[in-house]
Amino acid sequence: MEANHKIRVENLSLRVNGHEILKDINVSIPENKITVILGPSGCGKTTLMKSMNRLTDIYPEMHVRGRILIDEEDILNTHKDVTAIRKKMGLLSQRPYPLPMSIYNNIAFGLRISGRKKRDLLDKRVEHYLKQASLWEEVKGRLREPASSLSIGQQQRLCLARGLAVDPEIILADEPTSALDPISSQEIEKKFLDLKQDYTIVLVTHILRQAARLADHVIFMYLGEVIEQAPAEEFFHHPRTEITRAYLKGSIN
Amino acid sequence: MRRYLSKEYTFRRKIQVYEELFFRLIMLLASLLIALVLLQIVWSIFREGVGSVSWEMLTNTPKGGFYFGKEGGILNAIIGSLYLGLGATLLAFVTGLPVALFMNTWLAPRKRLVNLVRFTLDLLWGIPSIVYGAFGFALMIALGIKASLLAGIIVLALLILPIMIRAIDEGLKASPPGLTEATYALGATTSELSFSVLTRQCLPHILTAILLSFGRAIGDAASVLFTTGFTDNIPTSLGQPTASLPLAIFFQLSSPIPEVKERAYAAAVILTVIILIISILSRIFTNKYSRNTIKF
Ligand SMILES: Nc1ncnc2c1ncn2[C@@H]1O[C@H](COP(=O)(O)OP(=O)(O)O)[C@@H](O)[C@H]1O
Ligand SMILES: [Mg+2]
Repeated sequence: MEANHKIRVENLSLRVNGHEILKDINVSIPENKITVILGPSGCGKTTLMKSMNRLTDIYPEMHVRGRILIDEEDILNTHKDVTAIRKKMGLLSQRPYPLPMSIYNNIAFGLRISGRKKRDLLDKRVEHYLKQASLWEEVKGRLREPASSLSIGQQQRLCLARGLAVDPEIILADEPTSALDPISSQEIEKKFLDLKQDYTIVLVTHILRQAARLADHVIFMYLGEVIEQAPAEEFFHHPRTEITRAYLKGSIN
Repeated sequence: MRRYLSKEYTFRRKIQVYEELFFRLIMLLASLLIALVLLQIVWSIFREGVGSVSWEMLTNTPKGGFYFGKEGGILNAIIGSLYLGLGATLLAFVTGLPVALFMNTWLAPRKRLVNLVRFTLDLLWGIPSIVYGAFGFALMIALGIKASLLAGIIVLALLILPIMIRAIDEGLKASPPGLTEATYALGATTSELSFSVLTRQCLPHILTAILLSFGRAIGDAASVLFTTGFTDNIPTSLGQPTASLPLAIFFQLSSPIPEVKERAYAAAVILTVIILIISILSRIFTNKYSRNTIKF
């Protein structure tokens, strides 16, 4: 745990209609590592992730308190432009949501809204990010076709490329393989292992084996609370709490 | 005991089957009835009118004595109607699209307000067009505007605005929250989300909204009755009065002269064909432009 902490969440609570969905969350997420958020469904994993890039802003019923520090800067209580905060993070959701435009424009969109509009530069960048998401070979001949014509697995990799194109430092991935077939899931997992050299990755999953394969660091949540956080080794081999042990044995779900 | 239960079960099951059959029958009858009435209307228009549709009628403005059955055509009404329909649709679109987008982005967190707006628009949708005509007329008098193409376009635009907004709104409502989240997550602003992503996602709905609105605008008689005037000439500016197909039908149908009456039906045929073409085009375009839409 000597690594730098890219994200620190301090005393974060989130209420919806008087119902506390996140209860006093305190976690640290190390830089250039894969941090897995584990926990049974409904425990608040998605919500925690959404507060990290302020997607909670678009749900006015969500009341957020506490601090989230990214590079030591509180992103919750700031007058800084929220779009700049979000550009620091790429998001992969549970199922892919490509933009309703061509494959090319899915990548170029993020570049254009960041002010890069020169045609030859766009071409180069689009190719670069599609390669980074291992999608280039499959789509290089059909860049002008709609993204909706891709398979789900390809769409998810397109979403990854699209997220990388806004040049983030962090990748937030919310059960990114849950809609995918085993082969596509493997590709995404492999990609994450490559990408952690350059990115801080936060991965939500409820698949224990996936967590074991990928995690450097684990955060275990249960009913809106963080029960345990530890390096992966320690978490899987020496769980500290009774709930964690029960979860690892498969008796909570 | 078990036999008793299973008997009970088969009895229930039977009732369910009959119930299903009964409602399917009712739906089938209702659909048939509607189809029949529609066909009857179209058939009677074509039967009475198709004989009088001629090239001369489509390409000439009325000559002297036209309204007594003499020479001329209704080009003035055809062009007038196209001007009115296109103008009103354009005006309603450029004002309605931002409203629909606004309702679904900036205003979306205030759910009750948005629902109130929706309710109001639905109410406006249901108001008879003669009321819009009268309102437009009163407004024209108050502002000192003459009966003209522009006045007609404005009143028709008001008439179709609720349709335009609500039809686009329905498309936006159906757009998945995940797409909005994904777009925001890229660091997009709300206007980038609205105009680059949501409008594309809802393009089929937007086209449907445009064509629905156009169909309503071009076919409406009551809103143009007091507001456009009527003339035998094709208008050359927005300030001039204009003829329109619905009014041409209305005026000629009330004539006692059989030739003129026939021409009313011919005008109805032309109007029907225009609307038919629009509907078919809308189908084609909707299919063509839904290729980018992400389906869920
Ligand atoms: N917008 C919302 N309004 C009300 N309740 C919500 C909302 N979003 C999430 N919740 C509730 O918060 C809890 C946590 O949800 P979520 O973060 O999606 O869990 P997870 O991703 O771990 O499955 C759930 O009980 C869910 O019903
Ligand atoms: Mg979730």
